[in-house]
Amino acid sequence: MTPITPYHYLVLSAALFMLGVIGVMTRRNIIIIFMSIELMLNAVNINLAAFSQQLHNAVGQVFAIFVVAVAAAEAAIGLGIILAFYRNKETLNIDEMNILRW
Amino acid sequence: MTLFQNHLLSVILFTPTVGALLLLFIGKERDNAIRWIANIFGVLGFLVSLPLWFRYQPQGAAWQFVEHADWIPAIGATYFLGVDGFSMLLVLLTTLMGLIAILSSWTAITERVKEFYIFMLVLQTGMIGAFVSLDFLLFFLFWEVMLVPMYFLIGIWGGGRRLYSAIKFFLYTLVGSVVMLLGILALYFYVYTATGVYTFDITQFQQLTIPSNVQKWIFLAFFLGFAVKVPMFPFHTWLPDAHTDAPTAGSVILAAVLLKMGTYGFIRFSLPILPDASRAFVPMMIGLSLVGIIYGALVALAQTDWKRLVAYSSVSHMAMVMLGMFALTPVGITGSIVQQLNHGISTGALFLIVGIVYERRHTREISEYGGLSKVMPIYAAVFMIMTMSSIGLPALNGFIGEILILQGVYVVNKIWAAVAASGIVLGAAYMLWLYQRTMFGKIENPANEKLKDLNLREIATFAPLIALAFWIGIYPTPILRRLESSVTRVVLRVNSVYGPAMAKAAADCNNPPSAAAVAAAQANAPAGFTIEPPCTTEPAPAAPPRREGERR
Amino acid sequence: MRFIWLIPLLPAAGALVNGLFGIRWFSRTVSGLLACATMAGALGLSLWAFSELLGLPADARVHDVVLGHWIPPMALQTAHDIGMFQVPWQFRLDPLSGVMILVVTGVGFLIHVYSTAYMKDEAPGGYARFFSYLNLFCFFMLVLVLGANFLVMFVGWEGVGLCSYLLIGFWYEKKSASDAGKKAFITNRIGDWGFILGMFLVFFTFGTLDFRAVADAAGAMPIESAGFGVLSIICLTLFIGATGKSAQIPLHVWLPDAMEGPTPVSALIHAATMVTAGVYMVARNAVLFQHAPHVMQIVAIVGALTALMAATIGLVQNDIKRVLAYSTVSQLGYMFLATGVGAFAAGIFHLMTHAFFKALLFLGSGSVIHAMAGEQDMQKMGGLRKYMPVTFVTMMIGTLAIAGIPPLAGFFSKDEILYQSFLNNRFLWLIGAVTALLTAFYMFRLILLTFYGTYRGAPWARVAAPAAAMEAAAHGVRHPLDGQAQKDDHEVSHGAADVRAAGHAHAWHGPHESPRAMTVPLMALAVGAIVAGFLGIPQALKGANTIEHFLAPSFESHTAAAREAGAGAAAGAEHGPGAAAAEEGAHHLSTAGELGLMVLSVLIAVAGVLAARRFYFTHPELPDRLAARWRGAHALLFNKYYVDELYDATAIKGTVAGGRGLWTFDRVVIDGAVDGSGWLTRVSAWGSHMFDKHVVDGLVNLVGWIAEEGSFFVRRLQTGLVQNYALLMVVGVFAFLTLYLVAR
Repeated sequence: MTPITPYHYLVLSAALFMLGVIGVMTRRNIIIIFMSIELMLNAVNINLAAFSQQLHNAVGQVFAIFVVAVAAAEAAIGLGIILAFYRNKETLNIDEMNILRW
Repeated sequence: MTLFQNHLLSVILFTPTVGALLLLFIGKERDNAIRWIANIFGVLGFLVSLPLWFRYQPQGAAWQFVEHADWIPAIGATYFLGVDGFSMLLVLLTTLMGLIAILSSWTAITERVKEFYIFMLVLQTGMIGAFVSLDFLLFFLFWEVMLVPMYFLIGIWGGGRRLYSAIKFFLYTLVGSVVMLLGILALYFYVYTATGVYTFDITQFQQLTIPSNVQKWIFLAFFLGFAVKVPMFPFHTWLPDAHTDAPTAGSVILAAVLLKMGTYGFIRFSLPILPDASRAFVPMMIGLSLVGIIYGALVALAQTDWKRLVAYSSVSHMAMVMLGMFALTPVGITGSIVQQLNHGISTGALFLIVGIVYERRHTREISEYGGLSKVMPIYAAVFMIMTMSSIGLPALNGFIGEILILQGVYVVNKIWAAVAASGIVLGAAYMLWLYQRTMFGKIENPANEKLKDLNLREIATFAPLIALAFWIGIYPTPILRRLESSVTRVVLRVNSVYGPAMAKAAADCNNPPSAAAVAAAQANAPAGFTIEPPCTTEPAPAAPPRREGERR
Repeated sequence: MRFIWLIPLLPAAGALVNGLFGIRWFSRTVSGLLACATMAGALGLSLWAFSELLGLPADARVHDVVLGHWIPPMALQTAHDIGMFQVPWQFRLDPLSGVMILVVTGVGFLIHVYSTAYMKDEAPGGYARFFSYLNLFCFFMLVLVLGANFLVMFVGWEGVGLCSYLLIGFWYEKKSASDAGKKAFITNRIGDWGFILGMFLVFFTFGTLDFRAVADAAGAMPIESAGFGVLSIICLTLFIGATGKSAQIPLHVWLPDAMEGPTPVSALIHAATMVTAGVYMVARNAVLFQHAPHVMQIVAIVGALTALMAATIGLVQNDIKRVLAYSTVSQLGYMFLATGVGAFAAGIFHLMTHAFFKALLFLGSGSVIHAMAGEQDMQKMGGLRKYMPVTFVTMMIGTLAIAGIPPLAGFFSKDEILYQSFLNNRFLWLIGAVTALLTAFYMFRLILLTFYGTYRGAPWARVAAPAAAMEAAAHGVRHPLDGQAQKDDHEVSHGAADVRAAGHAHAWHGPHESPRAMTVPLMALAVGAIVAGFLGIPQALKGANTIEHFLAPSFESHTAAAREAGAGAAAGAEHGPGAAAAEEGAHHLSTAGELGLMVLSVLIAVAGVLAARRFYFTHPELPDRLAARWRGAHALLFNKYYVDELYDATAIKGTVAGGRGLWTFDRVVIDGAVDGSGWLTRVSAWGSHMFDKHVVDGLVNLVGWIAEEGSFFVRRLQTGLVQNYALLMVVGVFAFLTLYLVAR
């Protein structure tokens, strides 16, 4: 068994992040996109935790907690917006959400 | 209870606000609930202010019930409340008249009831705030706060050309107060350059010695602000319009309290802060007052609109108040203050009286009425008492004010007093003529035949005013005692003649009359009456006592 | 005497109870009884206090009661130094106020009793209201006479004015009544203007408002015989007040109109008590006036002229109450004549006797009016002697008294005045004597027209009521209209007359004697009119002139120094009409001279009576012939010298027109300036609006237009699809990362 080094964490984190990015890019359902965003945030969290361990500095973990909290808040607001949107348009397809256009 | 002990003024000040906030949460269609809550807060506002009367110590410190807290430290503005005898009486007048105005609107206001009472209560806070503030900026804040609700009261619930009147009232007062703000700022920066301290503390301003040319400019700035509010001739024309078109409660508050802001301002700020300028401007002030007395009375004589007539009588009476003030004698200033209270009571009542029939008939034309004595005897009696109070019949309140003012003026200049006294004759003429045209004669207008006399609620609105009118007329001593220290402080600032005499009175005070003299006086008194020792003058305060920890 | 404060308060309590509860709930009997009871109580207390006063030694007859502070002390500068302005609620009983309270409560009580019958046609509410006002009046009048300082007196002074206003306008539905009330009040106010200015000057000069203190201080000052000093100005302004209250020239116009009130009111207020307040006030300040001889001269002249003028007007009036009203004005003139020549005691003596006989005459006339169902025109009376004997006899006594026939009361008081004015100024005496002649004439004219001759009034129904109604119908319009016409001129709301005006709905049974509640007061007053004079029998007739000695302490200052100064001045001032004690002055007639004057005045009175007899009894056509020959003079007198018209055209019209003018000025000029500045603001606002819209906004819009056109291409990038933006972001990040890595 090779010990788990920061390198592994970073790979995992990068993979997770790319999954998130691809999800956001390609999917049309806004809920899924939302979940992908969560993925990206959690990738960042892994990074933060890893470096915190590496550098023996608790700040990273504290930051991770912050991110989780902010993510929760964001999820709440986001879901609220989605709900409101769904009530108006009866769809979750993100292609329909182009009213911010010029 | 410590809230009442230490923050009585704040409690008084914010009770109406609490009521207004509470009303926000009541559904706007629940008219009766709204009325009840507003009336309860009116009564509550009056009740919490009553301790002022009993706990105020006439011989005590210059400023009582003081509260002090930081507000905007960067510019030296503080939340600084406190009253002396003068402002205490005005606060009581405000809470009482507020209560009466709210009570009188029960049936008069049927539309947008919720907003109406909210505005009334906010107005109440504004007025009390202006009277209790000892910080000039705080005063100015409340001064402006009053304008907004009054504007809406006239503009929404008024009659006739109500928008015109509301806007005229608002702009006119605003112009005055902007200039006054300039004066305040000038004073503020002058004090900074002189002492290096940024402060709006009125008690400190009142001890300054300011060069008289600076004083004159600041006086003129204050003059414009206050004179518009009083209103003095020739700045009075907003008043008849505002009064005529305002709803009854609005007129009552306007006459009883709002006009007092101007005279309050003169006594609280102009005289003690700017004594040299006050002396210098006496001829102008007296001149305008004399013109106002005669002019207001003559114009009132020509009115055909009941409310406008009372409004012009207000102009005349307030000019009398100004006259007494600028006699700069203790008696004159005392009379001026008493007359302010009287004007609040009797003119407020007169507006209520117009309101009663306006509510029933929806017209204010005097010619529409006549012979009302027959169908409304209680109303006629109330009106008669208030007419007499307004024209200064002895043993009613108006007389005490007028006689003190005129006596105070007379010792300064006999001609002024003679001219002013002729205003009393004219006062009798227009009031009695009004009374005759509305109350006497036969009922010729069929619409008047079925008018209802006062109901219990309406009697309740008048009862306290009538009681006060008799009380002040027959035994004003408690009120005059509470005014002494305020008046003394002002007079000592502006009129050097009285310094030694007041000091001597204070000395006499310390050597009470011999026991034999007191016993002799007592022997002559009928059973049940005690003769009070003649000593009442408070020692002239060298400087208002300073609380520890106060900002310099 | 400790309870003298109760004397005014009793009627006040009565007024309060009747006013608050009586109007709504009391029956006529209860409210009438209540009012009479309070007056009886006040009368009893007054008698008690007076008897106690008599028990004191002559120079200690003064008793003060202080109820408490009214206005507590306040520093105020006076002529000399800083004084203390303070006013206690203080009542003072001394000989002068003692006499006055007896007059007020005595006559007041009788008139209350009389009113219970006279007003019985009022509804209970109106009845209680009437007695409430009447009681209130007595309260204020008693405050007036008992007040120990100017301000307390002024309370009563204005208060009686108020009650007079209320009572004159008691029948407020009648325009003339409410007009008369208003006129009375405002005219009085003009006088009050003088009173308060005098009062202010009193404080300014003496530093006190207490009568006694003022008298003491003034007594120590020199008599201002050289010119108009401060005392003269005080007295002059106070006298202006007195002319208003006591209806002297030029403020006499309100009193005759005041007859619009119910007759008991005229008797109480406008004959016996209130109108004499001016005389009382002058007498109260006797020391001040004695030190202002020039003002005394003015007082005497005004009094004499008023007496003469009112008497001449009284000659030709036909309304029975108006004759009495002018007679009152005239007699008040006499009183001022007396005070003006320094005979204060004589003035007060005449005040007292006048209260009796004039109240008697007014009540008698009320009885006549009552009997005639509201008719006041003497032309429509006549021969009433046989219908109402009690009224006739009592009124005759009153008339003899006022005419000055010995030994009735009026003779002694009037003669004293004439004697004193003879000593002072022969010309004034002449005016007084002529007035006496005229008085006897017009009073007997009144009696002869009313009680003698043949009945000239309206016929009355001798038949039962239904027939009377038919008769009224037959008369058609005329009869009710008759009543209406009268209603406008005369006192008619008085119930019975209303009934008559309504067309005999309830038949009037002709003139009749009044009920006992009315005749008993008449008889009581008649006794007073006979005996009151015996208090002042002059020494020439071996009398003691009791009243003069009794009152004397009230007219002197009380400090020894002041008394000496006064005496010295009196000795020094040869022509001082105010020489303190008239009977010790340089002017003094022998007893024979005095008796001669007395006989002369009796002869004058008799001449007047005989002339009246000739004109109105033996040769009734003479008056018309004279009136026709001297038409101008007759019209002048009949229209009261056109004084009312003059005032109306000048003062009243002028004030009203001034008010209207200023009102226009207010609207057009002052408000115009305000509105104009508003308009100017709006015009300039419009101007800047245009500038803003076309110039400033134009520039802004130009910039915006350029930006808009430029952005036309760029905005194509905005697809609105979030994912496009995200892709762009990612691409961007990669691009920058690449750049970063490469460039490093």
